[in-house]
Order: sequence, then C-alpha cells, then structure tokens
Amino acid sequence: MAQPVPSTPRQAAVGLARLRRLAYSQSVAPWLFVLPFILSFAVFFAWPVLSAVNMSFQEVLPGQVRYIGLENYRDLWNPTFRKALLNSTEYTIWTLIILIPLPLVLAVFLNSKLMAWRNFFRSTLFVPALVSVVVAGTVFRLAFGELEGSLMNTIITAFGFEPQKWLRHEGLAMFTLVLLATWRWTGINILYFLAGLQNIPRELYESAEIDGASAWDRFIRITLPLLKPITIYVLTISIYGGYAMFTESYMLWAGNRSPNDIGLTIVGYLYRNGIEQNNLGLGSAVGIVLLIITFTATMIQLKLTGMFRRED
Amino acid sequence: MRRHSFLILAFLLVLSLAAAACSRGGNSGGSSDGGEGTTLEFWTFNELHDQFYQHMAQLWNEKNPDRKINLKGIVYPYDDMHNKLLVALQSGTGAPDLADVELNKFPNFLKGTPQLVPLNDIVEPELDNLVRSRLDIYAKDGNYYGIDFHVGASVIYYNKEILDQAGVNPDDIKTWADFEAAGKKVLEATGKPMVTIETGDMWSVWPQIAQAPGGDDLQTADGRPNLTGEVVVRALEFQKRLIDQGIAVTAPGGTHHAEEYYGFMNDGGAASVWMPMWYMGRFTDYMPDLKGKIVIKPMPAWNAGEPRSAGMGGTGTVITTASKNMELAKDFLAFAKLSREGNIEIWRFLGFDPLRSDVWDAPELREPNKFTDYFGDYIFDVLLEVKDEIEGVVVNEQTPAISDMFRTSVLVRILQDGEDPVKVLEETQAQLQ
Repeated sequence: MAQPVPSTPRQAAVGLARLRRLAYSQSVAPWLFVLPFILSFAVFFAWPVLSAVNMSFQEVLPGQVRYIGLENYRDLWNPTFRKALLNSTEYTIWTLIILIPLPLVLAVFLNSKLMAWRNFFRSTLFVPALVSVVVAGTVFRLAFGELEGSLMNTIITAFGFEPQKWLRHEGLAMFTLVLLATWRWTGINILYFLAGLQNIPRELYESAEIDGASAWDRFIRITLPLLKPITIYVLTISIYGGYAMFTESYMLWAGNRSPNDIGLTIVGYLYRNGIEQNNLGLGSAVGIVLLIITFTATMIQLKLTGMFRRED
Repeated sequence: MRRHSFLILAFLLVLSLAAAACSRGGNSGGSSDGGEGTTLEFWTFNELHDQFYQHMAQLWNEKNPDRKINLKGIVYPYDDMHNKLLVALQSGTGAPDLADVELNKFPNFLKGTPQLVPLNDIVEPELDNLVRSRLDIYAKDGNYYGIDFHVGASVIYYNKEILDQAGVNPDDIKTWADFEAAGKKVLEATGKPMVTIETGDMWSVWPQIAQAPGGDDLQTADGRPNLTGEVVVRALEFQKRLIDQGIAVTAPGGTHHAEEYYGFMNDGGAASVWMPMWYMGRFTDYMPDLKGKIVIKPMPAWNAGEPRSAGMGGTGTVITTASKNMELAKDFLAFAKLSREGNIEIWRFLGFDPLRSDVWDAPELREPNKFTDYFGDYIFDVLLEVKDEIEGVVVNEQTPAISDMFRTSVLVRILQDGEDPVKVLEETQAQLQ
C-alpha cells in the first residue's frame, strides 16, 4: 500500500481513482477484506503451530538449542503420558455421553410451552457457565473434601454411606471432574440446542399431530433429525474441549499434581514438562500429539456424520 | 461524513487495542519509592519479599547517597512469574535486573548456559558466616547464582496439650524410635495420631532423608538418582510403619498447606508435625486456636548424636545477565541479604531464620513480634542448638522430575495405597533412568 503522496489536485484525483479501482476489483478486493483474518491467523495460529512442530524435534535450552530428531517423541512413550492420554480420553467419552443427550432433553423441555417457570430454569441452568473455572474448581475442591464435615460427605453420610476421600480415589476423582464439567457446560449446550429448536418450523409439528403422531414420534422423527447440524457442532467442540481440559483438574487439586496422576490430562502433562520442567521441546511434542488426536477424532466424527457430503 | 467518522473511530479503536496489547501491563502490582537514582527492576511472586526489598532500598539510599537506587518491584503470581522470567531469559529480552526464583523452579534456570550472573565475589567473603548448604543448592559448576532468604531449618512442632494428656515429655524424644514409642502412647491415651505425613508434597519425606549424615539424599552427592538408597528406603519404611499402626495419618488434603489440613490441626487433630522453620507463619495465620500450645523442638535423629535438621525450601534472589547495572545490583543484593543488618531485617520483616548464623543470638532477634507471641521467645535457642546439624540437600536439573514423581505417585502408592516401599522405589528409579 505504498502509494506516493499526491502533490497536485490532478494527481490526487488519479490516486483516488486508482484506490477506488482497487476496492472494486473482483480479484483484489476479496483478498483485501480477508487480509485481517489471514494476518491474525498467520501470526497467532499458523506460526505458533509451525514453530511447535519445529521445536518438537529440538532440545530447547537457554542459549543451547539443538536438533535431536525423534527423541522427544520417543520419550513420550512412558507410563505417565499413557496415563494422561487415558484420563483425557475417559473424560472426553464421559462428557460426550452426558453433555449431549442431557442438555438436548432439557432444551426440549425448556422450549415447550407447557413448561412452568421456563425463563427461571433457563437462566439458572446457564449461570454456572458464567462462573470462572478457577472459582468453580476451588469451590468443588472444598465441597469434595475428604474430611467428614465436607459438603459431599455430609450429604452421602445422611444417606447412610461411608465418607469418601473424593479426590484421592481414581473413580471418584473422574466422577468429580465429569460432574464439574456437567455442572458447568450443561447451560451452554442447552443454549445451542434451544437455538436449533427454535429454527424448526412449527408447521411440521402441527401436521404431524394431525396425522396422529405421538409426542415421542415427533421427538424422534422431527426434532432429532432437524437438530443434527447443531448436534454435530456440539459434538465437535465437546471432543476438542474434552481433550484440551486442564484448568478444571489444575484447580481441583490446587496445582498440577494429583495422587497417582488420577487427574492428569494431556495438557497437564504438556504444562508439567514444557513449563514446569523447562523442557519446551518435549512440551511441543505433546502439543503436536494432542493436535493429531483431536484432529483425527474430529475428522472421523465429521466423516461418519456426513458433514463432508455435498448438500443438495 | 458519518461513514468517515465511523471508519476513523474503528481505526482508532484497533490502534488503541494494539497499543494496549503491546504495552507492558506490569505496573499493576508494581511499587517503587519514586525517587531518583538508578532504576533496578525486581520481579517476585511474594508481596512481602517486595516490601522487604523496598525497605532495604531505603536503607541503602540513606547509606549510599552517591549510588542511589530506584527499586521498581513487580509482584506476579507464582507460576506466572517463573514462566515469564524463563521465557524472557530464553528469548533474551524483557528480563528484570533482579528476580526471586523458588527452589523447586531453580534448576530450570540452570539448564543450558545459565542466563544468571555468578555471585561468587559477594558470597565468598562472607562464606564463613553463612549456612553453607543453603548456597550450594543455588550453585552450578562452582558458581553461586542465587542468595536465599532463609535457612529453612526443619524442626518439629509438638502440640503440648495432647502430649500432656498422654504424659509424654517432648524433651525425652531423641530419636525416631523414641518418637514411634511416644506416638504409641499418645494414640492409646488420646486416640489421636501422633503426627501427619504428606502424600502430595515433599516436606515430610525430604527432611527425614536429608538429615541423615553424609551427602546423599534423593540423589547421591554427585547427582545420580538415589531412590533405592538406604536413606530413602529407611525414611519411607518408617513412615509406612507409623501409618500402618495408626500413629501417623496422611495429611488431610494431601499436604500441610491444604485448607482442610489447617482446620484439622487447628482442632487438635494430631499431636505433632515436622516442618521447616518458615512453617511458623502458617501456625500464626491459619491455626490461631493453637496459640500457646505449640512447642518447637529439634527433629528426632535417626541415631542418637546424628544431625537433627535439614535446610528445606527456599527462594533465591538472582541477578540476570540482562541487567545493565550488574555491579550495583550485586552490591545492593549483598547489602540486603548478606550483611548483618540485612539478616536482622529478614527476621523482623519476614519472620524467617536468616542465612547468617552469627546473628541468631543477636538481641534484635529476641524482640517481641507475632511469632514470639505465639510460640514464646526461645525460637532461636532451638536454631542455635542445631546450628551445626543442618544438613543440605542435593538440588540439580533432575530435581523437578524427581519431586514430581514423589508428589504424584511414590508417596501415594506407599503411604496411601500401602504398597511395598522397596518395590515402588525400584520401579521409580528405573523409570528415571
């Protein structure tokens, strides 16, 4: 854009005309408009990803950076990383099992005119999403304390169960993590499904009703199929969100260290090695592996749900 | 016309955003005496440390009117500060003149070519007055890179009320075997555990390992992993035995810094805990109900006559190679942390056991403060008693990895899940190599 400074009115007019031609040009203008996006994408996304790929083959030390081939990836094959991989996968699967059907059903209820206190429930279910993970994690840590007086232990002892060490037992810890996710994300997913529901034309339900379809039939044959695009979207972000989970676990155990690594996630492992132990090379390798995993999972999922098929 | 002004507005907005993103937001937590003099920037993760240095800068300026310092202190959260500093040193831009680096993070800064200034010329003249082992943990290849605030001598805190109920006199507990026997008595008489042991941090296991005579602890003196070494196995077998008998319980919340733990102890949950001197502050701040009930004693020894303490934890102040006023920064650091005056201020201001053992009997250390109110005025008698028994630890580039394994799996598997110490330690040792 190094335009010479126009010095006479005539030159100025020529300059302006040239600028106008550029703005209306069929080939240049589109690029001009997407330039801000391309630039920010290149600087904040493409460049970091490429340098992470590069760094994953290096040993990165202050003043001493050298290429070490595949050694970082070889180091990754250890029990701790496998544990992190397993935890993240298990967490993702649980969130998918719970955080798609549950909000969908709730959204259908909240969308129904028969539902009393609709707006009250809509807002209360959404409030947790507005709470910072840091606050929520700390509150959950205290509520799930291991002493008899903690909130959860008070509740379960009232039902005649033994007090539990929630955050020290493998199954219970995963339960707590998934519960925290459910508490936090249900409202957001309800919002997505509500938006989808409100786009379904009323006439479809009316004509189905006239044809004698039951409420269940209408849900299965109209609501679910027409919600498919939204469901696929929610599924996609949930897969990524599940694998990228870190803050929840970090806050629940007040640091990146849970007993026997029961709360260690892939990103937690990345943070531990890359930052806490100043091994950015290995950290980058973890990041690349995470990228490959989420990319593959998402692609398979999109392929299976037919997102790549040309729309008619 | 409106369209134009809208465009201009949008443009300005983008510009201001960019400007805000580029400007350094560091002033939020900053402090400075605002005076003239050479500006030195100092990063820390603890506001009290900043206040201490501001105070020392004032004293320095009074004494050195021709070499005045304008100390600009910036307080970041713990992890943020270390990460920022690491990145700044790695990339070679933006590092401050002085910074606090916590011991667990310190080895990260010694990797490769340390981007820190060797402090030998200010440390070496004072070496005889300082607790030597506390300098070695910040050293690499004979160069000292950091100066600590405190010795962190580990001691044992007994709850006198509970011991009295069981008829146990803490002065009779000389060795860990005595401790075990006394623990049995306490358990039988009161039903309460004698002590709590951490499963999520190193403060229970490391002092017991490090106090053993000789230079080996989790690593050998020359820096090889030593998890299967006798000193390590002995400590963990002892701890497991205490837990199996009910004499000890694992600390609620996993560590001695958990909210649950403070509550548990404050209610008289256990009769003792061994922790470093700096843990005094946790008692005064989080366990107010124990005021006047806690007595501080040297830790039991493994065998009578063997060392009864070890220096634990710490924060080293470093000077980065990015500093443009290295000499001034060095002289100021020596004044603040190595001089007699500075060490007395460390106790007054921060309540730490200062690095210079020759000030421990100074009258200034007997002046009443919140610690003497809580514990009594004999605190430094305990320190003087163990002065020559404070063992050091081996800290090097492998330390963060070893600590992580202990904090996440070794301690949990042995103390909580009851696995065989030797088996767990052998497996972990193999994984390290």
